[in-house]
Amino acid sequence: MTIRNKNKFSELRVKSKTENLSVVRDFVSENALNAGINLATVENIMLAVDEACTNIIKHAYKSSPEGEIIINIEYSKNKFTITIIDYGKSFEPDRVPLPDLQKYYREHKVGGLGIYLMRSLMDDVKYTSVPGKYNQVLLSKNISDS
Amino acid sequence: MAEFSTSIKEKGEVSVINLKGYLDAHTAPTLENNFTQLIENSKYKIVVNFEDLAYISSAGLGVFMAYIESIRENKGDIKLTNMSDKVFNIFDLLGFPLLYEIYKKEEEALKKFNES
Repeated sequence: MTIRNKNKFSELRVKSKTENLSVVRDFVSENALNAGINLATVENIMLAVDEACTNIIKHAYKSSPEGEIIINIEYSKNKFTITIIDYGKSFEPDRVPLPDLQKYYREHKVGGLGIYLMRSLMDDVKYTSVPGKYNQVLLSKNISDS
Repeated sequence: MAEFSTSIKEKGEVSVINLKGYLDAHTAPTLENNFTQLIENSKYKIVVNFEDLAYISSAGLGVFMAYIESIRENKGDIKLTNMSDKVFNIFDLLGFPLLYEIYKKEEEALKKFNES
């Protein structure tokens, strides 16, 4: 007997250009709405994925437009998961401290807010890097009660 | 492609930047240019009206961080107004209300500038 996998999958591949951020957001919101997630949560998920992809474009690929970003979405009744893969420079999120806005202000620092937003908006954010091969960030949101 | 546009209106000594659409890493340079231009013209009293802004990411928030200090050094300020709850929540999550004056209505921000 085979058990039917009820999870739904979708994939999007885009080049590492900021103009593709809106393509990514549309892809995420379409899937999240199909998953039956409420609009406010859909918008939070969209923002978290935008932040992850912005980081990939700026840091992993250093704004070179030819890098590849692969976004996989998988959802079930209870959980909405986005996996984002890139082949750029690896990233060590543990080295990114929680932002101290007062300090940012004093030091004219403008980056680093994205990771904090991702962690605030999602239930789980996990980075995996195989240096020289690929980087993966997994974002997930529990949706059973949304 | 995400659409974003700005328009600037002079209201007395204050410059009001109206934001429209989606402010992300792709569109943030448009707003950066607005601030650069205002600073070049010695216009340091700035109100940013968010009424028609549908979306903001941290790249958009970063624009305000980048210019606030030089503007305040010149006795000016950036005051933010007319945010939707959704946009305000993002500002709030990052602690911006500690550093920026945020008003419900543009008139309140204009009045505040005129008082000082």
